[in-house]
Amino acid sequence: MQIIKPGINIDFLGKRYYAFALSAICIIIGMVALAVNGGLNLGVDFSGGYAIQIKLPSAHDISEIREAVTPINLHEGDIQTIGGKDTAEYTIRVSQSENINADTLNEDLLRVLTAKFGEGSTIESLDMVGPKVGKDLRNKALAAIFYSILLISVYISGRFEQKWIMSIIMAVCFIIVVLIGISFGASMTWLILIAFITTLVFCWVLRLRYAMSAILSLIHDTLIVTGAFAITNKEITLTVVAAILTLIGYSLNDTIVTFDRIREHLRNIPGKKDLAEIANRSVNETLSRTILTSGTVFAVIVALFYLGGVVIHDFAFAMLIGTITGVYSTIFVAAPFLLLWKDNPVKTGKKG
Amino acid sequence: MSNKLGVRSAIYAVLIIVSLVYLVPTFSNKLPEWWLKFLPKEKIKLGLDLQGGMQLILEVDTIKAIEAEIETAVEDIKDELRNEKIRYLDLKRNGSTGIELTLIKDEDITSFENLMNSNYPDYVIEHGDRTEKGRAIRMVMQQSAIDNMMKMATDQALETIRNRIDQFGVNEPYITTQADNRVLIQLPGLKDPDRAIKLIGKTAQLEFKLVDEANNVNDALAGKMPAGDEVLYEIAFDPQTGKSEKIPYLLKKRSSLTGKYITDAGVKLDSQYGEPYVSLTFDRRGARIFEKITGENIQKRLAIVLDDSVYSAPVILDRITGGKAVIENIGSTDEARDLAIVLRAGALPAPVKILEQRLVGPSLGQDSIEQGINAMILGGALVVLFMIVYYGLSGFIAVFALVLNTILIAAGLAGFGATLTLPGLAGIILSIGMAVDANVLIYERIREELRIGKTLRGAVETGYERATITIFDSNLTTLITAVILFQFGTGPVKGFAVTLTIGIIANFITAVYVTRVIFDYLVINLNWKKISI
Repeated sequence: MQIIKPGINIDFLGKRYYAFALSAICIIIGMVALAVNGGLNLGVDFSGGYAIQIKLPSAHDISEIREAVTPINLHEGDIQTIGGKDTAEYTIRVSQSENINADTLNEDLLRVLTAKFGEGSTIESLDMVGPKVGKDLRNKALAAIFYSILLISVYISGRFEQKWIMSIIMAVCFIIVVLIGISFGASMTWLILIAFITTLVFCWVLRLRYAMSAILSLIHDTLIVTGAFAITNKEITLTVVAAILTLIGYSLNDTIVTFDRIREHLRNIPGKKDLAEIANRSVNETLSRTILTSGTVFAVIVALFYLGGVVIHDFAFAMLIGTITGVYSTIFVAAPFLLLWKDNPVKTGKKG
Repeated sequence: MSNKLGVRSAIYAVLIIVSLVYLVPTFSNKLPEWWLKFLPKEKIKLGLDLQGGMQLILEVDTIKAIEAEIETAVEDIKDELRNEKIRYLDLKRNGSTGIELTLIKDEDITSFENLMNSNYPDYVIEHGDRTEKGRAIRMVMQQSAIDNMMKMATDQALETIRNRIDQFGVNEPYITTQADNRVLIQLPGLKDPDRAIKLIGKTAQLEFKLVDEANNVNDALAGKMPAGDEVLYEIAFDPQTGKSEKIPYLLKKRSSLTGKYITDAGVKLDSQYGEPYVSLTFDRRGARIFEKITGENIQKRLAIVLDDSVYSAPVILDRITGGKAVIENIGSTDEARDLAIVLRAGALPAPVKILEQRLVGPSLGQDSIEQGINAMILGGALVVLFMIVYYGLSGFIAVFALVLNTILIAAGLAGFGATLTLPGLAGIILSIGMAVDANVLIYERIREELRIGKTLRGAVETGYERATITIFDSNLTTLITAVILFQFGTGPVKGFAVTLTIGIIANFITAVYVTRVIFDYLVINLNWKKISI
């Protein structure tokens, strides 16, 4: 059985400007949502505070729950139902406050819930993250993102261009720039932005075009997933950060396969080389695997998204969006970006 | 060639059997005696998010421990100076890490320095200006001593908490220090989290302090605090009105006896009203001190103070020998039991604060496991269906590899003693989706080679050869992120990183090498010319 016919030759690269426009629109919508919401909705891991999940014997209005938890000062929190209408599970999120007695919160909450909604009310989970730990976890997430960018950039530039020494020099410059950023007290968002920009500038200056295209497509994917979280106002938790980092690693796979094919052709075809034609042919030749491999991952993530339960839902959401943009960016972002250089055709990395 | 194939098959067969052996304990409730003796018996450990329980991160207020240490030193120095007849003024703690005083006579400086240098080597003596009262002197604790003391305070807090938890009775608690002054506590399957928090978080600094009956407590509250005194409160709960009332006591600041001399504490019931109380036993030194205080202060009141709140202040009727005391006015039997535990386990060297608390109820954990497994079954079924429909017999071989892959991941978790968390379960599910990627890459390559007219044997050979490099490369980037997540992730995310890492490695073994053995057997040994791919 075949989905993609072997001889297929779709002019993907010819339509690259439409694709760029589509990407730009998606990213801009995401960024506008980010601005409108006043930044990302950071989960309790990063912002500190309480996140409580409760289960009641029968479904009730949010206002009733709010009323019930008023005596223990949880009423100012954000209370939501989880899942469909039949389930009587709710989340309460509230920031750290002097009025909440952390030491007996579990006991107090269970008491007020049982008093109002009867026996069978349970506390499914309760997370309390103090401001210090919230800050620590933010820094850890930052460090994880930072080192992922660092290592993946070094790997990509070394791997695609066979210029390992250059990629190490790049890594060093990258660390220096970021250290300067830290010494000026730059925030998490800024540091990561600085990290990305430094990487791109060095790729540009050192003419690491495969690496640069791959990194641009990673930025593209990350922006779209982040935008999706901004639009849906879903919480960014530690698990979501883990999902985004995994995506960065995973969505690179397709790009590696496609770029390998482009270079294989560049090596094997004698005479004058038309990069646009070769790139398009390579994208078509690898199209089948790009779609199939992501398709199987997509299938398990759909299962996870619908059946995996509340706790893992946002993780699955990030992966879901990420696998789609991963395929899209391999075809419409990574390969087309190779063509942005004027001095085509590019030389192959192997020859130096 | 076929000989080498035999060796390869044997290696993978052994690997699979070993993996299955590692999995037996997880899926079997009762293992035979001989198994326990010779073979692995570790089950896959479940994280708190799957089995329910509580995790706490506490911060030990180490500065308080140092302040307490300095307060003790101040009292000791007073005694020593008095003994040496060195006259001083205003000897007190200065800031968190220093002591200040004024020496009245300059002639005493040398003998003071000698005394301090031999008895308090951790302090650096600084001379200040000469004022009309005398010579101002500061003693500052050295940084190395401060660091050492902070570390000791955290270690001691950990030991104390471990003792308390052991006596409270929790299965397989995990307690460790984190950063410089933090203690991480994991209590799986905990039933009563609030009680555990109270038990763990209580400083349990027990002190016996004499009530100052020469002065009036109301005068002290009005601002005329007698020197060396302090006001502490008793919280009196009236069960009839349901209200609690704070009763002030004027006490001597210096404690006559502390809880550090306690050797045993137990709960007893009052024979008259059946109210619980805690009986204490002091060691010999504590017993002597107690005997002396009670003997010298008959008809006076001695307050029993726990963490700066007064439990009771009974009148001393007679000299008490034998080193026994009781604490009344406690409340419920559970509270009395917990108080006895903390007194037996000893006081924390400094107060602790809860920085992070994560509580997962047992039903949520169970739900998460069920949902995770459902997602795994559905996701797995979709992948299996697709592979068989799309690649036929070859797809079936890939599915076989996928099953092996899942077995290897589970065996890896059990064998390395890793903890399976909910994101970890998601990682396994994700691995299932990613595992067949390798087969897709290989099969697509084989199809291409067949298309350009190669024989099946040639196509399989080239296909595997070319695709292996690509698979290795593309898995490497995922591996990089998994390792970073392991390094910087906490708890559940770490679990994800672990399963993802094991998944990637297992995948490489099964999808690339094991399927190759099967293909080689089919095309070389059985000399197949065609296969559905």
